[in-house]
Amino acid sequence: MNAVINYFSEIIGGFKTLLQGMGITGKHFFRAHKEIITQQYPDNRDTLTFEDRYRAQVYMEHDENNEHRCDACQTCEIACPNGSIEIIFDRVVDPETGKKKKVLDKHIYHLGMCTLCNLCVLACPTEAIKMSHEFETAVYDRSELTKALNKPGSKLKES
Amino acid sequence: MTTTEIDNKTGLVTQEYKINMGPQHPAAHGVLRLVLTLDGEIIEKVDPDLGYIHRGIEKMTERDTYKQIVHLTDRLDYLSSHINNEAVCLAVENALEIEVPDRVKVIRTIIAELTRLASHQLWWGVMGMDIGALTTFMYAFRDRELINDIMEETCGTRLTMNYNKPGGLMFDIHPNFQKRVKEFIKHFKVSLPEYNTLLSGNVIFKKRLQGIGYMSKEDAIAYGVSGPSARGSNISCDVRKIHPYSAYDRVDFNEILMEGGDSYDRYMVRMKEMEESMKIIEQLVDNIPEGDFETKTAAVLKLPKGEYYQKVESARGEFGVFIVSDGKKSPYRMKFRSPGFANLSILDKISRGHKIADLVAIMSSLDFVIPDIDR
Ligand code: SF4
Ligand code: SF4
Repeated sequence: MNAVINYFSEIIGGFKTLLQGMGITGKHFFRAHKEIITQQYPDNRDTLTFEDRYRAQVYMEHDENNEHRCDACQTCEIACPNGSIEIIFDRVVDPETGKKKKVLDKHIYHLGMCTLCNLCVLACPTEAIKMSHEFETAVYDRSELTKALNKPGSKLKES
Repeated sequence: MTTTEIDNKTGLVTQEYKINMGPQHPAAHGVLRLVLTLDGEIIEKVDPDLGYIHRGIEKMTERDTYKQIVHLTDRLDYLSSHINNEAVCLAVENALEIEVPDRVKVIRTIIAELTRLASHQLWWGVMGMDIGALTTFMYAFRDRELINDIMEETCGTRLTMNYNKPGGLMFDIHPNFQKRVKEFIKHFKVSLPEYNTLLSGNVIFKKRLQGIGYMSKEDAIAYGVSGPSARGSNISCDVRKIHPYSAYDRVDFNEILMEGGDSYDRYMVRMKEMEESMKIIEQLVDNIPEGDFETKTAAVLKLPKGEYYQKVESARGEFGVFIVSDGKKSPYRMKFRSPGFANLSILDKISRGHKIADLVAIMSSLDFVIPDIDR
């Protein structure tokens, strides 16, 4: 007799738990219009917001005169764990002091090898490079992932 | 070796056979290949085959400086990335006898607990999905998104944060941090009981887990199982309690232990651990001490000659960092003791005699992250 009672109470109890679960999904189903969290990407591209610190890729800041702050000191190149940065520079004789000085030719950045660890940005003494929010990085060819961060014709800002 | 048997009564020939589960199996949570030896539907042997995502991270550490190594550990157990980072930083700080400010310790602890919550949420969603309940996955990801947003605001990225560095943190917390963490806790206090009603009490779910994958206390110790999986077999092994680091010595929380040792108990340990994590965060979030977010360190750190070990409690168990230094700027050898590897080793033992479908449940209850096993 006991076994029969147990058998049925187990079935009823089981149904109860199923209904409780259904209750929760039902609650969320009917409240769904209040708690939509899905974003309609890419339709909402224009209104997408990011947190300030969000890291998507490294970029170099240029001002309106096409000048940057990178003095080719190579600190970022040394700080990078993955060899994603290569600094190509010329040595130019400074007419005032007569000493040779590094001048940035190309700040090469391999996005494909970058782990977005932020070490280069922290290491840069002049805050020349920063993290941008440009997160759509897909390209058709791998070679497009390698880019020069300093714009063509840009030069060092006089301080 | 295959054995062939002929049933005397019916004359039917039965034979052991082998199948592959993975490496691209939706229930395997990553590229893990299991070679299953089966007798009909019954599992006779499980042979894990690793190496599909071996990246040689331990070898890579020998090339990098200590500051660069930290970001590599994001890529071990990516769901506990902050906790892994913390382990390396603590090891280096101990070796160099750097005293980090109180503020750093508290912030590290809060973020570690948020990481643990996010990891357990994801595990809960995926566990439900493995058993066949798709709703859990959606709910878990909805709530986990809130934590990811907090991480994005303060640390800069959502998953591989690299927020720690030897000596402190990369930046101070964002001014909104405390407010958002409190909002999240408020939200999740409502959600977690829903999780329990939805899945933990569900009769089908219970029947699928209770009595499945029994792990005895002795076996768990013998195989070096740690974390929630071991605590489901009543082994007290919480590093946060036994060897407190960062700010765990100043918070009040319980170590969750269950007696049963089956998949359901391992499941319940994690569910209850989420409550404890919330408790820890609540105690700390209003009491973040003022101060610096870093101690200034040399540009290149050189550890004195010797051996150093630091263990922490990651979301999956005991994560250890062992450094052998010969006084140079990179370690001579660095070994990571990853919880997943030891936990995987017991899979064969506890799934013998169960059905294939149970294997999926057992694997979920052990909570594997494959890059952690296969580094
Ligand atoms: S973010 Fe890290 S990996 Fe990327 S370029 Fe900078 S230092 Fe290198
Ligand atoms: S970006 Fe900064 S660290 Fe890198 S070379 Fe230029 S100035 Fe130096």
